[in-house]
Amino acid sequence: MDSLLQLLKQNARFTNQQLAAMLDTTEGAVAEKIKEYENKGIIMGYSVILNDELADKNTVTAFIEIRVTPQRDCGFDDLAKTIMMYDEVESVSLMSGGYDLAVTASGADLKTIALFVAQKLSTIDGVISTATHFVLRRYKEKGIFINQNNNTDERSMVSP
Amino acid sequence: MINYDKILNSTIKNIKPSGIRKFFDIAQKTEGVISLGVGEPDFNTPWAIRQKAIQTIETKKTVYTANAGLEDLRREIAGYVKKRINTEYEPTSEIVVTVGGSEAIDISIRSIVEPGDEVLIVEPCFVCYSPIVQLSGGIPVPIETKVENNFKLKASELKEKITEKTKLLILPFPNNPTGAIMTREDLEEIAEVLRDTQIVVLSDEIYSELTYGRKHCSIVEIDGMKERTVLINGFSKAFAMTGWRLGYMCAPAPLVKQILKLHQFAIMCSPTISQYAAIEALTNCYGEVQKMVSEYNVRRRFVTNGFNRLGLTCFNPEGAFYVFPCIKSTGMSSEKFCEELLYSKKVAVVPGNAFGNSGEGYIRVSYAYSLNHINEALSRIEEFLKEIK
Repeated sequence: MDSLLQLLKQNARFTNQQLAAMLDTTEGAVAEKIKEYENKGIIMGYSVILNDELADKNTVTAFIEIRVTPQRDCGFDDLAKTIMMYDEVESVSLMSGGYDLAVTASGADLKTIALFVAQKLSTIDGVISTATHFVLRRYKEKGIFINQNNNTDERSMVSP
Repeated sequence: MINYDKILNSTIKNIKPSGIRKFFDIAQKTEGVISLGVGEPDFNTPWAIRQKAIQTIETKKTVYTANAGLEDLRREIAGYVKKRINTEYEPTSEIVVTVGGSEAIDISIRSIVEPGDEVLIVEPCFVCYSPIVQLSGGIPVPIETKVENNFKLKASELKEKITEKTKLLILPFPNNPTGAIMTREDLEEIAEVLRDTQIVVLSDEIYSELTYGRKHCSIVEIDGMKERTVLINGFSKAFAMTGWRLGYMCAPAPLVKQILKLHQFAIMCSPTISQYAAIEALTNCYGEVQKMVSEYNVRRRFVTNGFNRLGLTCFNPEGAFYVFPCIKSTGMSSEKFCEELLYSKKVAVVPGNAFGNSGEGYIRVSYAYSLNHINEALSRIEEFLKEIK
């Protein structure tokens, strides 16, 4: 991956000036490159990594495995597109292995999600079965340790 | 009652404790300090090396090795040195594996310096040279490098300090704390001064892998220098192996033969497990070194630029993982600056004068930290500078 993208993945809030210094180039060149990545859709947006347990204590997240019957002409795409339209759904991916679509969904509480799966997802034409797994605890998200002291620096504060 | 004051060696009693110690104590006691103060990599030792050490323990290779170190390791070191600085050392008679670069420095100085000998020490520099020289009865003679020369040693400065008593020149490049390097041209000039003398060079090249934009050049590569040089290097900085305590020295056989005695009696042999792990480092982990170097380089540019923007001017350091910004514009001494910064913004950096008087007016900032960590520290320093205006 391009080194600019790697730096933005580490921290999208680095300023263009800072990025230019790191990469030994100009602010203008960084701005242009970022624009290009945005236009090409390589950079799709900028978002924050939250500790949901602290930001919104009640949110519940579930990981849902869905088995479907692929449809003529469009395979899995149409079903995936239908599922991803729901606001509750955060991500949809087509998987190899024991099931077809992996969906993460979140809601205010367990019941909300359970009803969402029962009433919305499992009733979609082509869906054969669903298996819902609720997230009990998250340990690492986007490379960041959650609910743990990220500062695991064993070194002493000052040394020659 | 024993009078401890009376029984202790007066030379050791007269040695000043390291100037870093005080900051270590304050920083350790203060809650929420973020540090740019360490002299060791933040990367983990590459996994293959750690794995090798585990295997070494499992297969019970936990006994003494030959005094000078495992022969396989010495052979690998010879190959590595040949590849990196194109100089050949004979593994069985010219290489000793030591407990870090530190032990190599200690036993070399003690084997060479006699009471009354003058030892030229290029400052600012790492803290151990002068105390060891003093313990050997030698006289440390600092040569102060200057910012206008990018903290390089100049031939004229060297010439000025040479007397009939000069025995040894300590040449620590890439330099801790300044980040300065010596290029081949710089070293040619130095060699010119040394060529017709009996002066020995102790070249501490522990940061040799960490140079940016150009390859490290060793003084042993210059004509006539290998025969008078003790070359010191190790695994700590290049392979992120500080805690493994493994370094080495390469020198002409007549020197090694004597220095090895001291190593033999004081140490017996370097840690066996670390030695096996080091073979793995040299044979399979050079790619990891290059990855670390390119990551350091990004941080180096970020930090240098950051300090220059804050008005604490910073010459462009081409080696090690330190920048050495000038804080004279604040009107504070180095220690005052570091203390105030630590108390008011909880950022730990090291005062430049801890590395010799010529470091006064500067601070040593390490960039062996993640970019986000450095970024946070820089914004705290920015606030600090606004407040003291």
